[in-house]
Amino acid sequence: MAPNTNPAAPVPELGEAADRPEGPVAAAILAAGVGAFALGVLTTLAEASEPIKEFLNLYDPVGPLSGKTTGAVIIWLVAWAVLHLIYRNKPVESRLALTVSLVLIGLGVIGTFPVFFQAFAPAE
Amino acid sequence: MSFTHHEFWTLIHGMVLGAVFLLGFAGGLEGLWSLRPHLMTPEGIRGRALRLKIGVTAMAVAAWGTVLTGTWIVYPWYREDVPDSPRSVLLADPATAQWHHFGMEWKEHVAWLSPILATTVAFIVLYYGAGLIRHERLRKTTLALFVLAFAFAAVAGLFGALITKTAPLL
Repeated sequence: MAPNTNPAAPVPELGEAADRPEGPVAAAILAAGVGAFALGVLTTLAEASEPIKEFLNLYDPVGPLSGKTTGAVIIWLVAWAVLHLIYRNKPVESRLALTVSLVLIGLGVIGTFPVFFQAFAPAE
Repeated sequence: MSFTHHEFWTLIHGMVLGAVFLLGFAGGLEGLWSLRPHLMTPEGIRGRALRLKIGVTAMAVAAWGTVLTGTWIVYPWYREDVPDSPRSVLLADPATAQWHHFGMEWKEHVAWLSPILATTVAFIVLYYGAGLIRHERLRKTTLALFVLAFAFAAVAGLFGALITKTAPLL
C-alpha cells in the first residue's frame, strides 16, 4: 500500500480524535509549567524561611521534601483542573501555552537548583 | 547472593522503575518522531498510535513510581540521623560533602518534574491518539516535553547512581 503522503488528507483510521479542540492540551501544558514553578518556589521558600520549612515537614522521616513535593503536585492538579474547565471547548493554540510553560519550567528548575536556593538560607 | 531490605527498595526505585522510564525513552522518542504522514501507511498509523499510547502511559506510571518510592521509601533511609546513613557518610568528609549539598539536593527536587511532564505527554497522546499525526506543531510540542521529562529523570538517575557508588545504602 502506498504511504499517506498528504498531511491534510482525511485518514479514516484517525477517527474523531484528530478534530478535538486543542484547549485541553493547552491547559495540560500550562498546568505542567505551573506545577514545575510551584516546586521551585516551595523549594526556595523552605530554604529561606524556617517556619515555612517546618510547615512543609509533613512527615518527619522525609522532612520538608514531603511538603514541597506534595504541595507542588496539588498545585499542579488544581491548576490543571481549573485550566481544563476554562479551555476545554476552546480551539486555542498550544503554542503560547508551550512558551509560557517552558518559561515556568525554567524558573522551576532554577528554584530547585541548589546553588540558587541555598543562597537564600539564613546566615549561620 | 541476597539483598538487604534497603538494597531491595533501592533496586526497585532505580534499577526497575527508573530504568523502565529511561530505557523506554528511546522507543517513545522514535514513536513520536516518526508519527508523520509521509512515513506511515494508514494501517501503520493505528498500530503505532496504540503502541505509543501504551508506551507513554507506562512511562508516566514508571516515573511516578520512581519518585514516590524514592521520596517516601528510600530517602528516609538516606537522610536518617545515624552515623552510617549515606547522608552522614557523605557529610563527614569534606571531599564528599558536595555529593549531598549539590547532587542529592538537586536530584531529590528536580526528579519530580519528570512525572509531571511525562503525564502531560501521556495526556496529549491519549487525547489525540492517532490524530496527533495531523497536528505537526503539537507533535513537536509533545516531543519537547518528552525530551525534558527524560532530561530531568536522567539528571536524577545520574546523581542517584554516583551517590550510591560513593555512599551506598546498605
